[in-house]
Amino acid sequence: MGEAIVITSGKGGVGKTTTTANLGTALALLGKRVCLVDTDIGLRNLDVVMGLENRIIYDLVDVVEGRCTVQKALVKDKRFDDKLYLLPAAQTSDKTAVAPEQMKQLIDELKQDYDYVLIDCPAGIEQGYKNAVAGADEAIVVTTPEVSAVRDADRIIGLLEKEEHVKPPRLVINRIRNHMVKSGDMLDIDEIVMHLSIDLIGIIADDENVIKASNNGEPIVLDPTSKASIAYRNIARRILGESVPLQPLEEEQKSVFTRIKRFFGVR
Amino acid sequence: MNKQKQPYVTMKGTKDGLTLHLDDTCSYDDLLTELDEKLTGNEYQNVDGPLVSVHLKLGNRYLTQDQEEQLRTLIRAKKNLVVASIDSNVMTKEEALEWKQKTEVVSVAKIVRSGQVLHVHGDLLLIGDVNPGGTVVAGGNIFILGALRGVAHAGCYGNKEAVIAASIMKPMQLRISDVMNRAPDYKAEERNEMECAYIDDNDQIVVDRLQLLTHLRPNLTRLERRF
Repeated sequence: MGEAIVITSGKGGVGKTTTTANLGTALALLGKRVCLVDTDIGLRNLDVVMGLENRIIYDLVDVVEGRCTVQKALVKDKRFDDKLYLLPAAQTSDKTAVAPEQMKQLIDELKQDYDYVLIDCPAGIEQGYKNAVAGADEAIVVTTPEVSAVRDADRIIGLLEKEEHVKPPRLVINRIRNHMVKSGDMLDIDEIVMHLSIDLIGIIADDENVIKASNNGEPIVLDPTSKASIAYRNIARRILGESVPLQPLEEEQKSVFTRIKRFFGVR
Repeated sequence: MNKQKQPYVTMKGTKDGLTLHLDDTCSYDDLLTELDEKLTGNEYQNVDGPLVSVHLKLGNRYLTQDQEEQLRTLIRAKKNLVVASIDSNVMTKEEALEWKQKTEVVSVAKIVRSGQVLHVHGDLLLIGDVNPGGTVVAGGNIFILGALRGVAHAGCYGNKEAVIAASIMKPMQLRISDVMNRAPDYKAEERNEMECAYIDDNDQIVVDRLQLLTHLRPNLTRLERRF
């Protein structure tokens, strides 16, 4: 019996889909059987980021409405030798085509066959969010160091805490620009974590290569030299239960800097 | 044979006016009759004098709103008497519950996040933060052990004496009773002491050091509770 993890954020454009694709790929690289589920019906993207767009035959709505079996709709990622599958969202319907109970049933079915089921949640807190969360056991909240994204993350965490079947959510802070944090133009990690007061599971530096990789349909995790890739791999290892320190070098620099700032009373 | 030994109504003059002790074992009708007789029979001297306030002591009798009103009219109709207070040892369960709700301190351990509203009838003791976009509302005072970064509304049923206290006072908005105040648009310097908000003499919400409350709202001390 595997675990279902929903990746959500409230706000759009903070990197839910990228995170889902990369964590899924990283978990597959670590030898786990992973199934990615795109619940953004009507605005599917995960297939594009994964580079599997042209292999879709059936989708999530087809499965829910009984037009095909789950196995038939799953798209196999050939790069990972039977480890990574994608259940794409429908592009022609909208979020109301699926009900939370149906989603839960579907995810429960997938959990039988896979170690991890990663659910890519659409932005917002309406039907699409409810569908995505219905079958999840765990949640990862993605935010960026922007006030609006943190605000929405806070809202989502509040909603997730009400879902009794979901364990306390964990936080990924995406797109950190170290120089901006240092100059005080961007919220720093301590501030965000203190504010949201949930466990931090990873931080990912802003990296242009992520965009390049997404456009090519190859998750950045496949490039072992990139910083973002290492960050995603570390998060995957933390999901497996290993304790991996948070990119120690930058943290060290930042804490010294913060200490100096505090010394001068600058905020 | 229906002469009673003890009268149902006993009158006592005090410097605050007249105190009527009403027997709590007789029927309400008997009481009403005797009260009527007593006030009519016992001719009061200075009819043109100033109004005399009457304090009714009911003992263990419960009066409904209508009955209270009946007593008031009866007494008011008589002479220059007016009912100042009605005091009974008894109250209904509903009234008691309402009183309890409005005076108890409700302690809550959670983080009030964006979009969440926490509403209590009495005083609120929040062990945690109020994040931006979150709201706490209380009929009485609000005490926050963590940081207040959202909206707090104290005395929401119209209590202007209510206060808001927080370890870190960084609210988006403060409301007490029907008065509202919002955070300044510029970023205030970080202060590391606990603060409180209250309505001052100019009907404005002011934020100040927590310690001032001792003088401003001595009623906050609950060692001797009255209602």
